[in-house]
This record gives sequence, structure tokens and C-alpha cells, in this order.
Amino acid sequence: MTDAVTTSEHQPAAEADALRRMLRDMLVIRRFEEKAAEAYAHGKIGGFCHLYIGQEAVAVGTMAALRPDDYIMTSYREHGQALARGVSARAVMAELFGKATGSSGGKGGSMHIFDAATNFLGGHAIVGGHIPLVTGVAFAIKYREGDQVSVGFFGEAAVNNGAFHEALNMAAVWRLPAIYICENNRYGMGTALERASAIYDVAQRACSYDMPAEVVDGMDVLKVRDAVARAAQRARDRYVPTLLEIRTYRFMGHSMSDPIHGHYRTKDEVEQAREKDPIHTFADKLKADGVMDDERWQTMEAEVADEVDDAVRFADESPDPAPEALTSDVYRDGSS
Amino acid sequence: MPLVTYRDALNQALKEEMARDPNVFLMGEEVGVYQGAYKVSRGLLEEFGPMRVVDTPITELGFAGVGVGAAMAGLRPVIEFMTWNFALLAIDQIVNSAAKMLYMSGGQVPIPIVFRGPGGAALMLGAQHSQSFEAWYAHVPGLKVCTPATPADAKGLLKSAIRDNNPVIFIEGEMLYNQKGEVPDGEHLVPLGVADIKREGKDVTLVAHAKMVAVALKAAEELAKEGISAEVIDPRTLRPLDLPTIIASVRKTNRCVVVEEGWSFASIGSAVVDGIQRDAFDDLDAPVLRVSGADVPMPYNRQLEKLAKPDAAKVVAAAKKVLYLG
Repeated sequence: MTDAVTTSEHQPAAEADALRRMLRDMLVIRRFEEKAAEAYAHGKIGGFCHLYIGQEAVAVGTMAALRPDDYIMTSYREHGQALARGVSARAVMAELFGKATGSSGGKGGSMHIFDAATNFLGGHAIVGGHIPLVTGVAFAIKYREGDQVSVGFFGEAAVNNGAFHEALNMAAVWRLPAIYICENNRYGMGTALERASAIYDVAQRACSYDMPAEVVDGMDVLKVRDAVARAAQRARDRYVPTLLEIRTYRFMGHSMSDPIHGHYRTKDEVEQAREKDPIHTFADKLKADGVMDDERWQTMEAEVADEVDDAVRFADESPDPAPEALTSDVYRDGSS
Repeated sequence: MPLVTYRDALNQALKEEMARDPNVFLMGEEVGVYQGAYKVSRGLLEEFGPMRVVDTPITELGFAGVGVGAAMAGLRPVIEFMTWNFALLAIDQIVNSAAKMLYMSGGQVPIPIVFRGPGGAALMLGAQHSQSFEAWYAHVPGLKVCTPATPADAKGLLKSAIRDNNPVIFIEGEMLYNQKGEVPDGEHLVPLGVADIKREGKDVTLVAHAKMVAVALKAAEELAKEGISAEVIDPRTLRPLDLPTIIASVRKTNRCVVVEEGWSFASIGSAVVDGIQRDAFDDLDAPVLRVSGADVPMPYNRQLEKLAKPDAAKVVAAAKKVLYLG
């Protein structure tokens, strides 16, 4: 994919379609999450539901730099990554609704979205627990002498646990094709990074593993895409893992049961962050570059609204899993 | 049939399965250059190379997770824990990642993996190195649990476990590695979930797994000297548990003692007794008794340690009690 080697010297006209596609993908995530919040309020979605609003540029920029045969794993705030990877809005919304048509047949829920067809290997809901799995997928790639990359997303709160350290250390010792993407949204639930971590710059941790690292502006989708493309190149060409600290911000509460700012951050802080909204700033940039105009934007808004409405309708009308689904998929029959 | 040690039987199983399937690899602490802390992996590095016999840092959570991730991408990892005591650090990966992945992915992501290593108490290793965790893993849907007691079962079960499409917890006997036994020539597979009658008898059933099979057999010999005929059933696999074989034996003997090295509360014995009272209630002539490890952390002192472990004398006493001879 030619986009994967794009540098920051963009040629807007040449890649206008790709840029508009990225804007649209971000908008789908935003509108999807707004609808998910509504559906949650109506009791259509249960359990925990963690929204991605504000962080859209991280998922979309990352996926734009990857190939279809690369592998993705992420944590429990993963609706956005699934959508950006190409899992349909219908399948993701139906999973949130717990329906048989959901990406995991309604048995995973908001925190466990899987789609083997796009190598989207799950939302995982134990903080940091999936980071060694990312290393394991990278091990399998190298074992087969492949040139895919294994990409793992996690929050900044995950870097203080042992799983992060153990996983990155092994990836570096064994030179595995992994990209560890720390989505630093500043707060692990309600605990600010500086209250939990002795080092403020997460990227500095890569020194411990002699691993390349970058701090990336996660409100700029193109900067994300470029950084991931550089990391992917290192992984594909030389089996070198990378740690990317992508600085972003969560506009909503930690989960649906958490108010937007609460006791741990101020309303002003949230409002200031919203001024750097990754979708609006990117739309403005594309308009300034002549890639977007008001008419195109309105059409895009309308199409995206239809797509998300359709996903909600589909999820609502889909059947619950049959009672027999309770006991299926506990074990896989057969042997090699 | 040739006499083979339990250690070498496991080594044969690994070697044969790695030769059979290029997706099978072995990973763990000291499995390669050092040739295995208990020498189970002796010669494998030389035969299969460092990509398939992988020495890890001391990082149980990490390399257990690496194994699960590799399985997600289609490989068939065998993850060695130097002992199951250290695997507590990895239990999040075993329970939350390996056991549940197939289910929470709606059947999309199977995890064909074996976690293996020695469990149970050895001699005078103290509290942190002397424990039996099979009940912990047998509790979890999505996992299978094997506890081979003989070299033949060790080989046959490990080969089946490696071929199985699910996560298998394979707990070897730390005190059994040097034990010799007959192992059939050629391809030898023991299916998971099938118990073995290690000694036939008619007066009392002794159910025992892992190292306790030898204890039960010794007890059966002692009982035979007094004219009591004991049947020894080895479930071999604790999940799935072959309850029908145990029930059939109890229906014949009408009396049962369940022996295990681990702690008694919420244990393998609890599950076996639950099955017996439900399916063989009318066949019982006495309450089912249990011989378990003492309900204490393992002491270091030799005499205290002996008191803490089940032995043949304790099993004989329990058997006589269910026969109302005690």
C-alpha cells in the first residue's frame, strides 16, 4: 500500500481520496459512539461501555498505515479500532446490543469485539493483559518468516504493570515485528498519568528495551499515520519493534457511568482539549487544502448518519443468540 | 515393551510431535541451552533449533501470554513452566486469555496450546515450592487438565494434548521424572477424558491421580495382605473427568476413598464425591472418605512434611473405615 510510506510532506491532491476516507472513518466512529451512548441510556446496551470520542485519529491514522494481513489487538475501549479496521458498523453495534449478528455472536460484548476476517484479534479487558499476546502474534509472524506486523493498542495506565514490561522486553530481545501503541489519554480511569507513573514521557520507557520510540500528536491523524508507517517499515524490513506514545484525549468519561469531567479533571481542561478536536481540525485542514468543501462535508455527514442509523436499526432488529449458544464455543472439537 | 523413564517418555512425545507438525514449538525457562531444568527437553534444541526451542527470560506472565498470542496466529505452542508454583504469575493469561478466547470471540479464535511442567510436592522444598494446583485449573471452563501418573500415560497424554485444539494444562509429577515404566513402541496416544483402571478389585474403590496413584497402589497391596481387594481408578484427565468409569467401579465395590495430594477444600476430591453421591447414591454402603494434603502451607521440616502428605498408611486406614473395619 503506497500510503504506508508517505512522509509528512503530503501531496493533498494526489491522495485526496485517501484523506477524505480518513475523515469519513473518523466521523463514523464519532457518530457511532454518540449513538452507542444513546442506546446505552435506553438500556439497549448493557455492562460497561467505553467510548472513543476524542481519540478517533489514533485508530484511523494507524489503520491507514497498515496492510489487510497485519494483526490488530486492543483493549476494551475498542469500538473505534474495530470500525477503523473495517469491521462493519452493523456487526459492532449488534455486538454492543448482545445480538447473534454481532461480531462475536453476542457473547463478547462491548469489550470483546473480534473479527478474524480482518485479523482483528480482540478487545481485551484486563488492563495490560493483552500486551504479551501482541508479542506472541509478532513471534508467530517471525516464526513463519512473514512480513506482517502485530499492532497492539493500550492505554497509558497499562504501562505501569508487569505485562507491559515483560512483553516489550521479549519483543526487543527476540527482535519481533510488533508496534506497541500507547494511547495516552492522560487518565487511567480517574488517575492522572503523573499520579501513577514515575516517568511522564511513556516513550522514554523504550530506552529500557533499546527499542525505537516516538511521541506522536494523537490529535493529528496524518502524524499518527506517518509514525505508524515508519514503525511498520522497521518491523517489516528488519524485525524491529517500536513503542509509539500517541498523545490523545478522551472527551467523555471513562465509561458510561462516569461523568465527563468528575473530580479528577476540570471542565475547562475538557473544553480546551475539545478545541483540538481531531475531526474538526482535520476537516478544516482538508477544506483549506481544497480537498473538502462544505457540500462534500454535508454529504459525508448525511451518509455517515445513515450508516450509523442503519447499524442501530440492524442491531435492534437482530435476534438474541439462541439458548444453545450458551454452551457452544467453550471447547473446539477435533485435533490436529 | 521398552522400559522408559517418565522424563524420557515426555521427551519422546515432544520430539515426535515437533517432528510431525512444524507449528509445534517449545518455549520456557531453560528449555534450550540448559536442556531443561528437569531435562525433559534434552536434545530438542540441537534437533529443532532456537526458533522452535525458545529460552525465555524469567517472566511467566509474559511468555505464557506470548504462547497464547502465537496460538491466536495459528501456531501450536507448548509452554513449559519450570514448576506450576511459578505459573501463578501467569494465571491471568491462562484463565482470562487462553481459556476464554474461543468463547468471547464467538468461536472465531481457538487457542491450541499446552501449558506443562511439574506440580505437587517434592521433598523439603517448603511452602512456595510444594503445592498442587490442578483444582484451580480444573475449575475453569475452556481448559482441559491432565495429570499423568505413569511414563506411558505421560507420553500418550502429552501427544494428545499437543494435538488438541484447546488449552491443556499438563501437570507432571516432580517426583515421577525418574520413575520407569513400560511405554508401547510406535505411535502411542492416550485420549483425553478417559480414566484408567490401574488395579482391579471388588471391595473398595480408590480414586487417585498423579503421584497419588502410586500411593493408592501401595495401599491396595497392603490391603490385599489383609484379604481386602481394592480397585484403583486413575482419572488421568481431571477435566473432562471420566465420571462414568468411577461410578461403574463404585457400583461394583459400594465403597470409595478419594486420594489427592492437594488441599481438600473445593478440590478435585470434592468434585469426584459430588458425582458419586449424585450418580451412585443407592449403591453406597458407606460415606465416601477422602485422604488429602493437610490444610496447611507445606512445612519444611521432614517429619512435619510427612505428616502433611497423604501416604499409603492413611489410605489403608480410610479404606478400612469405609469397610467398617477400622
